[in-house]
Amino acid sequence: MKAWDAIIIGGGHNGLVNACYLQRAGLDVLVVEKNDWVGGAATSRELTPGFLYSNCSYVCSLFRPEIMRDLELPRFGLQVISYEGGAVFTRDGDYLANYRDHDAHRREFARFSKRDAEAYDRYARDVTRQCRFIQPLLMRTAPDPTSLRPRDLGELLYLGKKFAGLSSEEMALTLRFWTMSISEFLDEYFETDVIKANFALSGIIGTALGPMSPGTAYVLLHHYMGEVDGSVGAWGYARGGMGAVTKALTASLKASGGTIRTGAEVDHVLVSRGKARGVVLAGGEEIYGKLVVSNADVKRTFLKLVEEKELPDIFLRRVKNFKIRGSSGKVNIALDSLPEFPALPMDSPVYRGDMHFTDSMERMERAYDDWKAGRWSADPFLDMVIPTTLDPTMAPPGKHFMSCFVQYAPPKVNGRDWTDADRDGFAESVIAQIAEYSPGFRDRIIHMEVRTPREIEAEVGLTEGNIFQGELTFDQLLFNRPVPGYAQYRSPVGGLYMCGSSTHPGGGVMGAPGRNAAAEILRDLAKSTSHMSLAHDVI
Amino acid sequence: MAQATKKKPLAAAPDLIAAARIAAQSHFRTLRLGTPFQPRLDALAKTQDWYNWAGYRAPHSLWDEELEYFAIRSQAALFDISPMTKYRIEGPDAEAFLDRVTLRDVTRLRPGRVHYTAWCDDEGFVLDDGTLFRLSPTRFRLCSQERHLPWLLDSALGFEVTVEEETEAVAGLALQGPTSFAVLRDAGFAGVDKLKVFDLAEFEHDGATVTISRTGFTGDLGYELFVAADKALSLWDRLMTSGEPRGIRAIGYTALNRARLEAGLIVANADFTTAEHAIRADRLRMPDEIGLGFMIDLEKGHFNGRRAILEARTKRRLLHVLVGLEIEGNIPAEHAIVYYRKSQEVGLVSAAMWSPMAKRNIAIASLARPYGDTLVEDLWVEIYAMRELQYQKLMKRAKVVARPFIKLDRRTSNPPADF
Repeated sequence: MKAWDAIIIGGGHNGLVNACYLQRAGLDVLVVEKNDWVGGAATSRELTPGFLYSNCSYVCSLFRPEIMRDLELPRFGLQVISYEGGAVFTRDGDYLANYRDHDAHRREFARFSKRDAEAYDRYARDVTRQCRFIQPLLMRTAPDPTSLRPRDLGELLYLGKKFAGLSSEEMALTLRFWTMSISEFLDEYFETDVIKANFALSGIIGTALGPMSPGTAYVLLHHYMGEVDGSVGAWGYARGGMGAVTKALTASLKASGGTIRTGAEVDHVLVSRGKARGVVLAGGEEIYGKLVVSNADVKRTFLKLVEEKELPDIFLRRVKNFKIRGSSGKVNIALDSLPEFPALPMDSPVYRGDMHFTDSMERMERAYDDWKAGRWSADPFLDMVIPTTLDPTMAPPGKHFMSCFVQYAPPKVNGRDWTDADRDGFAESVIAQIAEYSPGFRDRIIHMEVRTPREIEAEVGLTEGNIFQGELTFDQLLFNRPVPGYAQYRSPVGGLYMCGSSTHPGGGVMGAPGRNAAAEILRDLAKSTSHMSLAHDVI
Repeated sequence: MAQATKKKPLAAAPDLIAAARIAAQSHFRTLRLGTPFQPRLDALAKTQDWYNWAGYRAPHSLWDEELEYFAIRSQAALFDISPMTKYRIEGPDAEAFLDRVTLRDVTRLRPGRVHYTAWCDDEGFVLDDGTLFRLSPTRFRLCSQERHLPWLLDSALGFEVTVEEETEAVAGLALQGPTSFAVLRDAGFAGVDKLKVFDLAEFEHDGATVTISRTGFTGDLGYELFVAADKALSLWDRLMTSGEPRGIRAIGYTALNRARLEAGLIVANADFTTAEHAIRADRLRMPDEIGLGFMIDLEKGHFNGRRAILEARTKRRLLHVLVGLEIEGNIPAEHAIVYYRKSQEVGLVSAAMWSPMAKRNIAIASLARPYGDTLVEDLWVEIYAMRELQYQKLMKRAKVVARPFIKLDRRTSNPPADF
């Protein structure tokens, strides 16, 4: 019976990145994916004829350019296009836009507050400083602070040196950044509510916390440390939808000789004598591998795919307590024409960017209150984009695909499972909000896909539908991600590794967890990692 | 309107505020604004060589960047300074407030006077330099490169003062060069001959007021004029008409930049990085590190950054020094690395040129102390001169010299000479 060198459970972007690097190191790699398509949460699916849906993740910034280069993803079709702006609509018929041009950005803010307009540079400076501190850590394995191994000591020293390289003011800011609420952080710079709401959205996206919850300032940073071709903090659309990322990874893997089996759901990991030997598929088929890498989140991996008896008590308890809470949903819409927003001039670049309707911190926090009470938000926070304004490949000419990320949506409704009626009610809260700013919006809808945490968990396999495979709070970052002592992609089971967003440096379509896990595996196998670029210098 | 005062401004109805805001939306269609002088500049812009000055379309040159320089030194040159950031600072506590914010002693700045000053954050790092105009006992104008409204408003807490940004509302012109006085006199600004260097006075213009100060950025005889935006074009025409027989020419920034370098003046975010824009902590500079130590008045009581500046001085923690260099040869050393003994890297040239007035190869450089401070011998610059797709690498001796590089008697002589 064939034994693969490595079996990767789950064909999400991190699983595929991991597989690509292992295959290119000379391993014989198999990816098993439960769905009939690959991509996990980075897919483009034709759910109605002629329209490609980025039906889970929808924009790209965090995906590491080093990985794109190593795995030759442009050659396999990956192109990322920066988007042009964004806006928050205000309830008095106006909007606050974000423009790429620095002076236009200032003038736009000055419409609301001259003071805040001139405060932006200081804010941008401080956020940039913090991003520069964190960025180099993304492509490194987090050190184990209790270990005395030279590598861990070296990494700790690196971290310590980076921290010591900060001025005392920056150190204070770093600690505050990692622990503060985004609301309090923004209070340090701005005084206009809509301007704060404009920035705060990056602090709550994908997170079961409100803008006034401690820890949300870091989430903002997490969304700022990406780039589009050197333009740090910029976001863009993957041409062809987010599935273009995993499509390119698939092609790259196949070109280097790797194998993917779709429609192959793993029932459990084969473990004998404390070591992973392969996987057993839902149909009972056994596939053997010298090692197994799980792209599934840490809860799914260790609470569903591995028997409890194989795991140490403390590890198990920590996995059970790992915070991976559903907080968001998606409404994906095919439109027969570009929606008009009377508040927004038709020649505005904002149509080619991200749009929002939550114009105050209080509305954002109130939306979170609904989540705490076990309801979807009556007045939800939307991150709405129309990628087809820049990407002609996703819809027929003149028609559009719209992606609405929606927050908040609880994992259970009033303590019970979501029903179809709940799902429809959730969708209605979104459509009603858009229609309020875009009369006639409903008439443009050709087709719609609504995904609550129930659908996201069932289809993608993300526990509770949490898009980051675990909250990005400081207690679950760096050497504590996913659990202390197991932050280096290894697990208590020999030969069983983790490579998903539950591991350092966390979620978003970044690829870094998959890459870093591959580096650790190759180290264990005493194989070369010379085909893996180090993180680009931050100078 | 940005206010920091105990008196609340009259509140406009919310729908009126929203209507005004909405009316201002269309700015996104014009990324580079024209200044109030734009129709005149456009008419003269033969080179169409524009750059972005703080969101405005400003000329690098208008007709010939080299000859425009000579217009400054031989006739009179008109340069549009409208994009410069301007704040109107007014109130019974305006003097005390500015004394607290800036480095120099504002109580010694009399009404009708201007001084060149700078201001720091609480760590003593320079936020910007600029000119402070005392228009009356209780009214000032602060002009600078960068924007500082949050800083000024935060510092205004506890002072009875209003701070208002007036960049767009006020147009500015620099009229510089040996015939500049004659141009103003012939334009009918009676009494302008009384202005000594750093004096200002108000004059009548087109039913309004123009503020004329004997200031400038060229080291030459020269004046700066500020007027309400709607009177800008008539002021321009008045000067051009009276200046025509004396060779007045409109110029762009490249020419002005040469003149300022000869005058030994520094430019924020060209010769040093302002504190609110420095991403890298080691780029921050204290006044003593960029040649502005002379402004610091430790006798005057508390001002922003005082404690940190004092501590850095006593503990000798000043790491850098900004110096003037005279470099052998005639190849400009722009952005060249400065070496000690031709091998040890000790600094960087931030601006350099062949000076037509000094007939020397001059530069401004920032060096790591003690180089340029107590150790001034054996300094070199390595010039990479691109010539027909090859670098000619030159190692040239550099001598630390005092700034300004040129001193023109006509700049300060009283009454100003009638050329």
